[in-house]
Amino acid sequence: MTVESSALYDIPGPRALARHRTYGWMALLLIAALIGWVVYMLFHTHQFTAAKWEPFQYRGVQDLLLRGLGNTLRAFGWTVLFALPFGALFAAGRLSDHRVVRWFATLVVEFFRAMPLLVMIFFVFVALKVQPLWALVAGLVLYNGSVLAEVFRAGVLAVPKGQREAAYALGMRKTQVMTYVLVPQACRAMLPAIISQLVVALKDTSLGFLITYEEFLHAGKLIATNLDYDLPFIPVVMVIAPIYIGMCLLLSWLARWVERRSRRSPSMRGGAPVVKAGVAMGLPPAAQQ
Amino acid sequence: MKTLTDNWSTYWDGFLGTLSLFAVSAVLSLVLGVLIAGFRVSPVRPLRVFGTLWVTVLRNTPLTLLFFIVVLGLPRFNITLPFYVFAVLALGCYTSAFVCESMRSGINTVPPGQGEAARSLGMSFGQTMSLVVLPQAYRSVVAPIGSVLIALAKNSAIAGSFSVVELLGTYRTINELGYSIIWTFVWIAVGYLIITLAISAVFNLLERRVAVSR
Repeated sequence: MTVESSALYDIPGPRALARHRTYGWMALLLIAALIGWVVYMLFHTHQFTAAKWEPFQYRGVQDLLLRGLGNTLRAFGWTVLFALPFGALFAAGRLSDHRVVRWFATLVVEFFRAMPLLVMIFFVFVALKVQPLWALVAGLVLYNGSVLAEVFRAGVLAVPKGQREAAYALGMRKTQVMTYVLVPQACRAMLPAIISQLVVALKDTSLGFLITYEEFLHAGKLIATNLDYDLPFIPVVMVIAPIYIGMCLLLSWLARWVERRSRRSPSMRGGAPVVKAGVAMGLPPAAQQ
Repeated sequence: MKTLTDNWSTYWDGFLGTLSLFAVSAVLSLVLGVLIAGFRVSPVRPLRVFGTLWVTVLRNTPLTLLFFIVVLGLPRFNITLPFYVFAVLALGCYTSAFVCESMRSGINTVPPGQGEAARSLGMSFGQTMSLVVLPQAYRSVVAPIGSVLIALAKNSAIAGSFSVVELLGTYRTINELGYSIIWTFVWIAVGYLIITLAISAVFNLLERRVAVSR
C-alpha cells in the first residue's frame, strides 16, 4: 500500500486539494522557520567568521583530516576483509550436519549479536590491551561477522528446495551442492543485505573515536578544540558530517541499485527471492527453517 | 563474584542509568517514529519530503557523529541541557528513523483492499488509518520494533563516553579500584544481556498475543 497507489485516501477533489495545499504551506512555513532559526543561530554565534574557517586552508589541517579519513577507511577495509570470511565460516557452521559444530557456531553468533558492540570494543581495548585500530576492527568483525553469518544462512535457506534436491539427484556431494548450487544463488539474492550490513560497519567505525583511535571524528575534535583557531566546532561539523554521511549514503544507494538490478535480472527468476536493501538497525533478515 | 558484590552500588547505578536512558529514548523514538511515518504516507507533499529526508539522513548518520554534534555542538548555540537530555535526544532521534521505517513497512503489509473498503464506507483518512490500517499494521510491526528497541538498548552504551551514568561507563570506576578487569566486563556483559533478553521476552509475549496468520 504505497502512497502512489494510495488506497489510504480518495483522489482529492477541489476542496480537499485546497486543504492539502494549506497544510502544505503551513508545513513549509514551519520547516522554513526551523531552517531560518538554525541559520540565524549560526550567524548570531559568529560561526562564519574568517578566523573559524581559516584553518581549513592550512596544509597541516587538511593533512590531519585526510589522515583521519584514511584511518576510518582503513578500519572499514580490514573489517570487510575479516568479517566476510568470518560470516561465511560461521554460516557454514550453523548449517553443518554435525551437531557439535552447529551448537558452537550458534552460540558464538548469538552471543556476539546480543552484546553491545561498544562493550566488545572496550573489552578488547581495555582488558586485552590491544592497539585502538585492532580493538576496533576486532569488535566490528565479531559483531558484523555474526550478523553476516545470519544473512548468509538466511540466503542459503531461502534457495528453493528443488535446487538442492536436483543437485543431490545429479549425484553431487554435500560440499558440491553447497559451493556450486546454493551459495552462488544465496550470495546474489543476499547481496543487497550484505552491502547494507557494510553500511552499518562503516557507520560503526566512528566508535573508534571513543577509544582514541585517530579516525575522522578524532581529527575533527583536535581541530575543533584548538584555541588558536577560535574553537571552530560548528565549521568542523559542517565539513565532517557531509563527508561521513555522504560515504554511508553512497554505499546505501549502491545496495539499492544492486537490489533493483537483481530484481530485474532474468537469471534470478525461480531462485531465492532478492532481499530488500536498507540500513538495518535490528535483526538481519530472518532465516526460515 | 567479589567484583560484583563489592561494587554492587556502582553496578546498580549504572544498570538503572542504562534502563532509564533506554526507557525515555524508547518513548521519544516511538512517538517521533510514528509521527514521521504518518508524514511519509500523508497526502501533503512537504511533509512527505521532510519525512523522507529525516529518515534518509538519520539512517546514514553514524550514531557517534550524532552524539558528537548534539553533545558538543548544541552548547555552541547557547543551548545547555544536562548530558542526560542530550543523550536522550541523540538516541531518540536516531532510533526514530528506524522505528519509522518499521512502521511504514508494517503499513505496507496491510492489503490495499482494506484501505479501499474503509474508504468506500465513507471513512476519512484519519479514520481509515486509526480504525482500519494501523490496528492491522500493529500486529506485523511488533517483531521489527522489538529488534529496533533491543538495538537501542545496546546503542545506549555510547552515552557512557559522553558523561552519562550508564552500565558500560562503570568499568572506569571499578578499574581504578583495582578489580580484575576481565570480571568487571563479564558483569557488565551480564547486565546488558539481562536488559536485552528482558526486552525480547516482552516482545515475544506481545507478538504471541497479537499474532494473526495471514
